[in-house]
Amino acid sequence: MKRLLTLAFLLTLACAVASAQTRGGQARAGGAAQDTLIRNATVLTASHGALPATDVLIRNGKIVAVGQNLKAPEGARVVDATGKFVSPGIIDPHSHSMMDGSVNECTKSVTSMANTRDILNPTAIDIYRELAGGTTAALLLHGSCNSIGGQSTTVKLKWGHPAADYPVPGAPPGIKFALGENPKRSNFNVPGLQGRYPATRMGVEETIRDAFMRARDYRADWDDYRARTARGEKNLIPPRRDLELEPLVEVLEGKRYVHSHCYRADEILMLMNLADEFGFKIRTLQHVLEGYKVASEIAKHGAMGSTFTDFWGYKLEAYDAIPYNAAIMTRHGIVTTVNSDSDERARRLNIEAAKTMRYGGLTEEEALRLVTLNPAIQLGIDNRTGSIDVGKDADIVVWSAHPLSVYSHPELTFVDGELLFDRQADIARRPALEAERKQLEQAEANRAPAQGGTPPRAPGAIRRAYADDDDKQDVEDNQR
Amino acid sequence: MKSTQLFAAPEAARRDDAKRAARRAPVLIAFAVLFALPLSRDARAQDTDRPDPQFSNTPAPTYVIRGARIVTVSGADIENGSIVVSGGRISAVGASVSAPAGAQEIDARGLTVFPGMIDLGTNMGLVEVSGGAPGSVDSQELGEINPNISAIWSINPGSSHIDVTRVAGVTSVLSMPSGGTISGQAAFINLAGSSPREMAVVPQAALVVEFPRIGGGGGFAAFLAAQQGITQDALAQRDRRVEELRRLLRDAEAYGRAEDAYAKDPKAVPRPETDLKLAALVPYVRGERPVIFRAEREREIRAVVRFAEETRLKPVIIGGSDAWKVAPFLKDHNVPVILDSVLNLPLREDDAYDALYENAAKLQAAGVRFCISTGDSGAHVRDLPFQAGMAAAYGLPKAEALKAVTLYPAQVLGVADRVGSIEQGKLANLVIADGDMLEPRTNIRYLFINGRQIPLVSRHTILNDQFKDRK
Repeated sequence: MKRLLTLAFLLTLACAVASAQTRGGQARAGGAAQDTLIRNATVLTASHGALPATDVLIRNGKIVAVGQNLKAPEGARVVDATGKFVSPGIIDPHSHSMMDGSVNECTKSVTSMANTRDILNPTAIDIYRELAGGTTAALLLHGSCNSIGGQSTTVKLKWGHPAADYPVPGAPPGIKFALGENPKRSNFNVPGLQGRYPATRMGVEETIRDAFMRARDYRADWDDYRARTARGEKNLIPPRRDLELEPLVEVLEGKRYVHSHCYRADEILMLMNLADEFGFKIRTLQHVLEGYKVASEIAKHGAMGSTFTDFWGYKLEAYDAIPYNAAIMTRHGIVTTVNSDSDERARRLNIEAAKTMRYGGLTEEEALRLVTLNPAIQLGIDNRTGSIDVGKDADIVVWSAHPLSVYSHPELTFVDGELLFDRQADIARRPALEAERKQLEQAEANRAPAQGGTPPRAPGAIRRAYADDDDKQDVEDNQR
Repeated sequence: MKSTQLFAAPEAARRDDAKRAARRAPVLIAFAVLFALPLSRDARAQDTDRPDPQFSNTPAPTYVIRGARIVTVSGADIENGSIVVSGGRISAVGASVSAPAGAQEIDARGLTVFPGMIDLGTNMGLVEVSGGAPGSVDSQELGEINPNISAIWSINPGSSHIDVTRVAGVTSVLSMPSGGTISGQAAFINLAGSSPREMAVVPQAALVVEFPRIGGGGGFAAFLAAQQGITQDALAQRDRRVEELRRLLRDAEAYGRAEDAYAKDPKAVPRPETDLKLAALVPYVRGERPVIFRAEREREIRAVVRFAEETRLKPVIIGGSDAWKVAPFLKDHNVPVILDSVLNLPLREDDAYDALYENAAKLQAAGVRFCISTGDSGAHVRDLPFQAGMAAAYGLPKAEALKAVTLYPAQVLGVADRVGSIEQGKLANLVIADGDMLEPRTNIRYLFINGRQIPLVSRHTILNDQFKDRK
């Protein structure tokens, strides 16, 4: 136990240092968004081409002007971006960053009542690392453990802010579905662990169908109740609220987006057929690694596609994945994006986008859109972000070189006009952080007992809620 | 059997290979049928009388590549030069070379020729689908001490990872076994050929060791000790395993001496009892071939270097996430590092966000020998150029980034006499591209491995062709 506590102390130390970095982030944020003029950059708008030697003016968190020879308002920060590139902030349409603890509520096949919004950790260091890679927004998705998973959250990476500031105001709500190997748990068979229905793709279809039949009946019950109330009937008992079915009713009514994890062409078709039957649309097919095989059908249904550029072969259902997928879907008229599904990849989605120029011959702007404007469209937030256009939120990255070049890196990242990542400031801060770490390590409370630290307090005996002779007797009986 | 024979790809090994080839014949035929259509279509597109590189037991043709910018890597770039390829090798390179009669001409005007890239941290051909298809996984043997297993015997030349990787410009890899304490022997292969033997550049190129560390390797007991936070037990476990390793290496030295003594005087000296594990270790304990140790953290790296010096091995570190912290130490001890973590998340929450992006630049600045690897089992080895590019985005000079995936890996493994740069006499592993090879938007136009032109066809281009125009 003592050793465990020593470990706990080391963890506390790690947390202390991490939170020092967090505070650095807050200090850097500098409170409300300062007005900023970015001067003389090559501006990659993602909506209307590349603009050479162009200025971008940010006021009150919004892009208020894009053009030449703009005047800096009084007190504005002026960034000389000569030789540099400006792009919209990257939007990652499949992320599990800042989700504290597990991303999977895995105990049931339908967990539409679970909500990712309840577990946002605004101090997760991945947020900062992603900002340093030019990512400014993300769709936080429940895991793919179940056919119908939990509700998703669309966030901006507002590093230094409390969790409540992360969700994008007005962003349409979403929910995660999953098909194939993950919901049927085929790669997760642990000896001794009880299986869970479904265990086949047939069962996955049936699980979703069953849920939507229940949701349809549930809606009918409420419709009936409301109609009778409206007719003036008295003393009616309302249907029991069902937190599992309410989000699915929203799906049926087109008020909640379905983001469905999928791989194989057959399961993609299955889900679209089922959605057609119930009269709703799949908003995005996630991963959709065989989307290229059924791109016409996807376009016809009206779903969008969010894929990996070239991640493949890690399981059987990913074996037919090809890096041309994004290009083929794009050429079939599908609004396509490239996502990370990884705290690591989320730091370099610009490079993932650039690969589609090699694999499938997308143009620069098409490639850039895969990680900017298109994800904004998929998440229903393109009215406010995803491109460099006047009136949109100032979610902007200043790059050292063209962001579709492997040699580029972000210099500055703005979210809602707030400078949340500044490479030079980050580098300048390092000696101070190093010194702070050393100081913390030397602090008496953080030294191991062998190095002169106070031994951690040993816990006392387990306290019982109450104790009487019967309890004592119970214990003795159990020991026999 | 003498240990030296055992490792010089002797007759026994060749016979074994022939037997395997015979057993694989039906598979090869199936493979040929599967790929016949796209290959022949491609052949029509490029040139018709080129022998099929999948079955390359034919004399390598002669080519002359003309009008290209040549990035030799080892010397100055040649702005408008030519390369003659014959007998599998680069037979001439320069601003003006005379091409032999009958050489096939490659017009490379406006294109750039690079040496093929090399990744020293893969399990290429040993793993096809890691999740859900255990029958396709051959990377990790049971047991702790496996110096006598060799990747070369299990590399599947028909793996789709191979064609997918080479069309991205990676022409040679080290394919390593993994797991245990001594994982086995790695093979250095070209990514072309219809048998492991054809692919092999050095069949048994390095020994792979998972240096005992707390919570890593050492089976369930070590794992459990670390999990339970029983520091003393975990330390003792690790120390015991290091001691076992040390003893084993000493035994191998003694075994080698006994073998030599017997060879010198078989009448007077009793024949040592054959021990396959010790025999396999002999060239490594004699420092004839490198031993690759996995080590990430500062303490592990120092421990590995000290251990290797004490046991007189020729160490190479793979991993090296914390190598930047011990750069002067690595320089002083002249130990090279295979960095396979450029794109990993930093080890610690409070590391600088770019700690691993910058690692290569810091090693280069400190004069440490290093190269860059994907560390990927196979499917994503094609991302090697982008990992080098990312290191360049964070301070590594571009020319060094290119070397980090061409000449430096060749030097680290001791095969720079054969691969890694465009020089007369080296294997003709060449990539001809329409731009900077490390840039994702660059397209590769021609590919040569072992002096043979390789069609730019892979499982992925085939599926692309099949579906891209589907209505």
